[in-house]
Amino acid sequence: MAAHLSYGRVNLNILREAARKELREFLDKCAGTKAIVWDEYLTGPFGLIAQYSLLKEHEVDKMFTLKAGRVPPADVKNIIFFVRPRLELMDIIAENVLSEDKQQLREFHILFVPRRSLLCEQRLKEQGVLGCFTNIDEYILDLIPYDGDLLSMESETAFRECYLENDQTSLFHTAKGLMTLQALYGTIPQIFGKGECARHVANMMLRMKREFGGSQSQILPVFDTLLLLDRNVDLLTPLATQLTYEGLIDEIYGITNGYVKLPPEKFCQKKQGEGGKDLPTEPKKLQLNSAEELYAEIRDKNFNAVGAALSRKAKIISAAFEERHNAKTVGEIKQFVSQLPHMQAARSSLANHTSIAELIKDITTSDVFFDNLTVEQEFMTGVDTDKVNTYIEDCIAQKDPLIKILRLVCMQSVCNNGLKQKVLDHYKREILQTYGYEHILTLTNLEKAGLLKPQTTTRNNYPTIRKTLKLWMEDANEQNPNDISYVYSGYAPLSVRLAQVLARPGWRSIEEVLKMLPGPHFEERQQLPTGLHKKRQQGENRTTLVFFLGGVTYAEIAALRFLSQMEDSGTEYIIATTKLLNGTSWIRSLMDRPDNQS
Amino acid sequence: MIRGKPDEDDYWNSSKIQNKAFTFDDDDDEFTRLKESKRAVNSIISFDEDDDDDDVEKVSWSGEPVGMKSKAGGFQSFSESISDTSVRTYAPELRRPKAECKDFISDWTPEETVRRMQRGRVYSLEKFRSLQDKLLLLDEAVSAHDGNVITAVLIYLKKSLSKEILFRELMCREVALRHYVHYVKEMGEQRHLLDLLKALGRTGDMALMQYKEHLNMKDENRKKEFLKSCLSLPFSQDDASHVMDHYTLLERQIIIEAADKKAESMGQMDVFKKFPRKASILNMPIITTLYYSCFYHYGEPEGTYSSPVNIRKTFRISDKQYILTALGARAKLKSWVDVDSLFNTKGWFGYMTKKSPVGFHRVVDILHKNNAPLQVLQAYLNLIDDTELKISLAQKYKCHDVAINTYRDLKDRQQLIVYRGKVERGSDEDRKIEELLNSTQIRWKN
Repeated sequence: MAAHLSYGRVNLNILREAARKELREFLDKCAGTKAIVWDEYLTGPFGLIAQYSLLKEHEVDKMFTLKAGRVPPADVKNIIFFVRPRLELMDIIAENVLSEDKQQLREFHILFVPRRSLLCEQRLKEQGVLGCFTNIDEYILDLIPYDGDLLSMESETAFRECYLENDQTSLFHTAKGLMTLQALYGTIPQIFGKGECARHVANMMLRMKREFGGSQSQILPVFDTLLLLDRNVDLLTPLATQLTYEGLIDEIYGITNGYVKLPPEKFCQKKQGEGGKDLPTEPKKLQLNSAEELYAEIRDKNFNAVGAALSRKAKIISAAFEERHNAKTVGEIKQFVSQLPHMQAARSSLANHTSIAELIKDITTSDVFFDNLTVEQEFMTGVDTDKVNTYIEDCIAQKDPLIKILRLVCMQSVCNNGLKQKVLDHYKREILQTYGYEHILTLTNLEKAGLLKPQTTTRNNYPTIRKTLKLWMEDANEQNPNDISYVYSGYAPLSVRLAQVLARPGWRSIEEVLKMLPGPHFEERQQLPTGLHKKRQQGENRTTLVFFLGGVTYAEIAALRFLSQMEDSGTEYIIATTKLLNGTSWIRSLMDRPDNQS
Repeated sequence: MIRGKPDEDDYWNSSKIQNKAFTFDDDDDEFTRLKESKRAVNSIISFDEDDDDDDVEKVSWSGEPVGMKSKAGGFQSFSESISDTSVRTYAPELRRPKAECKDFISDWTPEETVRRMQRGRVYSLEKFRSLQDKLLLLDEAVSAHDGNVITAVLIYLKKSLSKEILFRELMCREVALRHYVHYVKEMGEQRHLLDLLKALGRTGDMALMQYKEHLNMKDENRKKEFLKSCLSLPFSQDDASHVMDHYTLLERQIIIEAADKKAESMGQMDVFKKFPRKASILNMPIITTLYYSCFYHYGEPEGTYSSPVNIRKTFRISDKQYILTALGARAKLKSWVDVDSLFNTKGWFGYMTKKSPVGFHRVVDILHKNNAPLQVLQAYLNLIDDTELKISLAQKYKCHDVAINTYRDLKDRQQLIVYRGKVERGSDEDRKIEELLNSTQIRWKN
């Protein structure tokens, strides 16, 4: 069911199994039949840990979504609320409990995910219902395995909390998650980091280790190195439009918890004689992960190389189907038939991805997409970043989506190390007049997060950073890449360059640039008990866990996977993050809007 | 419950204190809860008990009476091992001789206390009595980075210190301060928050935070009054002018909306009959409002609230934005005369010339989008200075005349021959090109 988690360098299925075990234990604690009332947001992440069958085995008969009013009737002994620790959810729970029919005698429980919160319990007490719960527990779902090499905490608000509100709770969860990881995969001997949050997380980890001093992990370390990176060390990358296949799917349709919803038109099977009728209206929902062979092959390619890969695959599959003509003997036919299910799965996978690629192509070949990309690339190469950009002005005049405008303006600001006051004021006025004055709040947030700022010095250090780290590569090879810059067709993500340089030749070679980027950089070592020191075989790769604090894009993940696969790189990467994001979801998380729209 | 006397401690004098005695024996209700929930064992259970008067600073973090420490230590020892077993088994422990527990509680350093809090074990904050101890505890919580613990300590400090002292100490503790702001925000204690930000001198933040409340107001009149009350807040200079505009805008929208709704229902004005309003103008951005006003109220005298001239002036709308908006609205109504007059400028010697703050190529785009007739499009295409741009747009919008004439003026025979391939055989354009190519009047450059 989750076999793809164990194919990678590190068997992440162990983590998933640990999470499942804990869930089973909690369910058994509430003896008897039960109904689960879900905070809707949690169903996605939980789906990656357990299917309904697991819940059913533990006497979960019914599932509801958390709603105001009364919990629907269900003949069960226990009602369990699975919720995030949020005050507004507590009010709903209280209403549920208070309106419960007293005859029913159902027992109530709360499972907080990922942590119980003092404030929430206080709120329940204020509402006079705290005493009504038989169990109040927490389910520490810090790091959720998304794929064979990818872990995410799926905390939407982590960036906002860390960089806007200076609330470090999510960093605490990160450190906790890393401790769990070390308990399962052994102590990580080397820790590198860049940024304030990275420093905090490392400090907490070292402190927690000291506190658990007695119980050293006796597991042979699976990871050699941990690299902690603050998102605000590289604000530029998420603002750029991702150009890998998976990145574009996310940019255009949004991937949530490994699923994407697509317009259905291109997916309906056209059979002869029934053309045109019954067009589906429900969006087509597809799961995307490396369990699907074809997807694993093309997800990280530049989109311009996907067409060729798909047609190659099509040839292989049709050749395989042709084989049936060569099958003469009973034995040969039998063998052919035994391969059929696999072949049919491959064919439907091919059909799906051909349709998705068509959908994306319609967009990437449009003028709008091209013009936007041109401006992004001008900014990233440092062209005219100090003036008001007419394309942005035109987009505002046409009332293009506000987030698109904000992405571009922020990108210009980042690439110019801040905008001239006059330029900044001009953009601000145009935005407020066109989209509404209430966006002062959002603009202020962007300024606080450092995404938008007035120039304080005349010295712009972005060109130095760009040149030293080779962030812009002319003639990026999209078909057969030789450098990570292929993921943005020319721009090499700064964050991944830092990881690359760290592996070879080491950060000492870029001291100057590191000083220009925000926050401290550091190295820590964790002592291993004797006997656990790894004896590396010759030619054996090192394993590095890169943790993006504040979020990571699919294109960055693709770039790290590319480095893992490079023959002479010597390092394989596992990626962890607080949230999988793209420029749009990221900016949205920083906006202030009415409660019902957030 | 006993209301205790203020403590001798200097710092405590500055705050009003209310102590609450708490024993398991005389509080059955609490005890029942204890039995029911493992978590309830934690001292949180009696946190914030009888919070009947918000303005009074109280001590009720764990319900332990200050100055009666020996009584307070009752329940921490069993909670250590409570995690998996029923509370009942351990309940008798609650009545252990008080002296036995005494040492435990007084021994906890800030570090130990914070660690216990992190692990969800029972702890007591009451022993941190002097300001110095409290601050050590706070700093320890901050260095553990656990938001939950930091908040718990802050709640205790909020209850046991006077506002002035708490704010003063938070000022030099940025992290704790942010957590505190977040907590107060979550709890919706707006007044307290504003006091805090004011004390911190972060008046700009405070003003914005207050302003933010309008987002969730549905009723436009209430929102308008609220925005009006925001005007006196200490915004930064820029923000102040934006908020002022926001208020003025909503005020006008309310007036315009009422008047237009009436006019529409009474069928007085043709424009409403021909183009019924699709939605109310309330809460729309200023540019949208300007568009609306150019659509329904064009040509009104400057004195009216709804006139485009007035709106343009009041909200300091740039020439560019004004022209684009007015053009969009008048083109939508196919009022080409109005479109023309937007660009008419009296030149020297009284000639009328056309000028525009935006490129004429943009003007052509907008006109085309609104299905402008060919001659209107041609007139504006001819105003584009850049010949390449002019030709490519002419081609795109099928204004062949413009393209052909441009090549003629450029005396570019080769391009004209190429262009002939793009028009229909035997059409007017085709004939025109033919004529030009055969003409002996033109001295072609190629």
